[in-house]
Amino acid sequence: MSLNIIVLAKQVPDTRNVGKDAMKADGTVNRAALPAIFNPEDLNALEQALRLKDKYPGSTVKILTMGPPRAAEIIREGLFRGADGGYLLTDRAFAGADTLATSYALNMAIRKMNKADVIICGRQAIDGDTAQVGPQVAEKLGIPQITYAEEILSVEKDKIKVKRRLERGIEIVEGPLPMVVTVNGSAAECRPRNARLLQKYKHAKTVSERQAANEDYTELFNARPYLNLEEWSVADVNADVTACGLSGSPTKVKKIENVVFQAKESKKMTPTDTEIDSLMKELIANHTIG
Amino acid sequence: MANFYLDTPSLKHHLQHPLMTRIVELKERNFADKSEYDYAPIDFEDAMDSYDKVLEIVGEICGDIIAPNAEGVDQEGPTVANGRVTYASGTQKNLDATIKAGLMGMSMPRRYGGLNFPVVPYIMAADIVSRADAGFENLWGLQDCAETLYEFGNEDQRQRYIPRVCAGETMSMDLTEPDAGSDLQSVMLKATYSEKDDCWYLNGVKRFITNGDSDIHLVLARSEDGTKDGRGLSMFIYDKRNGGVNVRRIENKMGIKGSPTCELVFKNAKAELCGDRRLGLIKYVMALMNGARLGIMAQAVGLCEAAYREGVAYAKERCQFGKPIIEFPAVYEMVALMRAKTDAARAMLYETARFVDVYKCLDDISKERKLTPEERAEQKKYAKLADAFTPLGKGMTTEFANQNAYDAIQIHGGSGFMKDYTCERLYRDARITNIYEGTTQLQVVAAIRYVTTGGYLAQIREYEKMEYKPELETLRKRLIAMTELYEKAVQMVTDTKDNEYLDFQARRLVEMAGHTIMGYLLLQETNCCESFRRSAEVYLCYGETEVKKNYNFISSFKAETLGYYKPELETEEN
Repeated sequence: MSLNIIVLAKQVPDTRNVGKDAMKADGTVNRAALPAIFNPEDLNALEQALRLKDKYPGSTVKILTMGPPRAAEIIREGLFRGADGGYLLTDRAFAGADTLATSYALNMAIRKMNKADVIICGRQAIDGDTAQVGPQVAEKLGIPQITYAEEILSVEKDKIKVKRRLERGIEIVEGPLPMVVTVNGSAAECRPRNARLLQKYKHAKTVSERQAANEDYTELFNARPYLNLEEWSVADVNADVTACGLSGSPTKVKKIENVVFQAKESKKMTPTDTEIDSLMKELIANHTIG
Repeated sequence: MANFYLDTPSLKHHLQHPLMTRIVELKERNFADKSEYDYAPIDFEDAMDSYDKVLEIVGEICGDIIAPNAEGVDQEGPTVANGRVTYASGTQKNLDATIKAGLMGMSMPRRYGGLNFPVVPYIMAADIVSRADAGFENLWGLQDCAETLYEFGNEDQRQRYIPRVCAGETMSMDLTEPDAGSDLQSVMLKATYSEKDDCWYLNGVKRFITNGDSDIHLVLARSEDGTKDGRGLSMFIYDKRNGGVNVRRIENKMGIKGSPTCELVFKNAKAELCGDRRLGLIKYVMALMNGARLGIMAQAVGLCEAAYREGVAYAKERCQFGKPIIEFPAVYEMVALMRAKTDAARAMLYETARFVDVYKCLDDISKERKLTPEERAEQKKYAKLADAFTPLGKGMTTEFANQNAYDAIQIHGGSGFMKDYTCERLYRDARITNIYEGTTQLQVVAAIRYVTTGGYLAQIREYEKMEYKPELETLRKRLIAMTELYEKAVQMVTDTKDNEYLDFQARRLVEMAGHTIMGYLLLQETNCCESFRRSAEVYLCYGETEVKKNYNFISSFKAETLGYYKPELETEEN
């Protein structure tokens, strides 16, 4: 059995190392100050996809990402780890999309791709933390979804079995294909980039990247056609431009506030055995620990 | 999120040495692989870019996986049950990561599934891995045995074994026995040829075998019945899939605890001959050892770096008498010297690696076609330099690794003596580097001939002739003065025509050559990159003093004093 697997991935600013200049005065993210990285949970998703590919030889893993031209980096990162190809949705008309417009665009792109058996993505992106895009894509495609996955256990006879990580335990569920699976950060870490694949794909570029570069890639790309990364615009995926980007996004940011955490009920105690003992008892009693 | 390659700019600097142009040209045979392999480079820049990017993967795995696992691996260690070894869980994770990243068989040709990397970037990976966990470098670095299989095995053996190594199977070199350590000529493990089965069977015991439960072993065994010396030994390949070798025990070691050191029992273990009979020790093991020594140099440099980093970090963070201790001269001197020794050791490592690269590439080409007279001369020149620099470098850098680890603990004070800090592990790990693959004393034995025949001096003169910026002239003059003292000392010792006396002074002479050479190497680095200036200045003060010290010892030594050093032999009355 070979599967067509699509991984939805997003290039995000590395919000894990936020400094003072992370936000601009107008309340938007200062992308220049933060390095752009592969959204961490999308890497977990990619690993699940690659494991399926290892398990079911002949399967293919394609990366789908939406973003500015430099988001092609995400596709290359995927190729270095074992993905077979990728598509970059890029168009000024996609800019400023909220989760609704994003999932609409992704859904249109998926419809244009080969029929997918499994669509895997991270639970949420670290820049927005909404966890809405995966589920919305499933809804728009009209297919079922399994969220909070920790491990895809098996795919058999059009059925997928997934272990979900929930707040108070795990759940093993089964569902039909095609299926959207959103993967938790607690899933296996993504494999490292592979030295051979890196050397094979390091020159992979989209048309606009090639045009922006000073070098002439014609000869190389004729000899190695797999280096060409597909770029799709709104028109390429037959999307309705009014449903894309800012115009397709009902979400409007009204105000951004800087929240500084403050201690409300602080308590001072001396480092004695009795004080510690009573604190422990209190914490156990109110179920903070234990 | 640390990257052990990107956070050490001197690595990239060494990778971009001018000699790399020649090395890549030889290694890639004018980029002939590009039409056949999708991961082969198309030109020099592409090849260099690939080394750089692959080293970035190495640096990432080391920073994110191997280094964080090191403490757990040191505590847990490998275990043995029913004759088989299980690695510490962290070791297994490290191994899985390096295999998935395709970092096995890095130097092997692409037709066997390798990356066809020259020695320089491969050894740089070893340097980086060792900084993360020196014990793991041992396991990972044993992929070097594939080099021996490639050089001396036949085509059928290459095709059967090397792709397995590139896919992640591990190797070991089974040389040492209970009664054959430094003196490998006394190896007793018996190899018997069976006409009936048309194969060899191995019987006996091997000891201190690193990663002794590996998938593919290279075994030194006595194939010639009745012989007693090195000429009766041959090299064999033992495949674990055939069975016949069990691990009796693993050693409880002081350091590099993650690397299982095994005692092996061979019971009618089926094996195949690698290369020609009788050349096992005198040709193949010698080649294997030279490669392994370069690997240990890399291990030493990685440890130097790790110890320096632990030392400097603590010195900056620890406050006493109201300020960070690094502000006290006694401490910053130690830190500066650690940095200088690390840079000197690293310069020595890559200089040697480049020499090895050129001659090995030409060796390999000579199997495909006849070398031109110029190429033959080039091959000879670099083979000789590699032979001279390998024992010298191994001897010097492994001592530096120990000294840096010692100083790292000293900077930590009482805390450094506790198990809580990384420096104590580094201290234990470093201790083996100047022992295995030949003790420093044995490196001196190998190096001394290049002292007496002028090999080091000739190379020092080459360095002297190079062009340096005017502001480096003072340093160059001091190096010339060091060279003079070295020459004089060599003269004084060789004039005695007394071999025992030469052996007695040998280490001092070899060290004098070593300090001078490393001084020049740092001068060259400084010449193209100002960031090496501090290390060059500090190292020269240190090396110059060491040279003078050794010179004083030799010049003021009275021949009759030697008697006081000799062991008092027991007489019958005692």
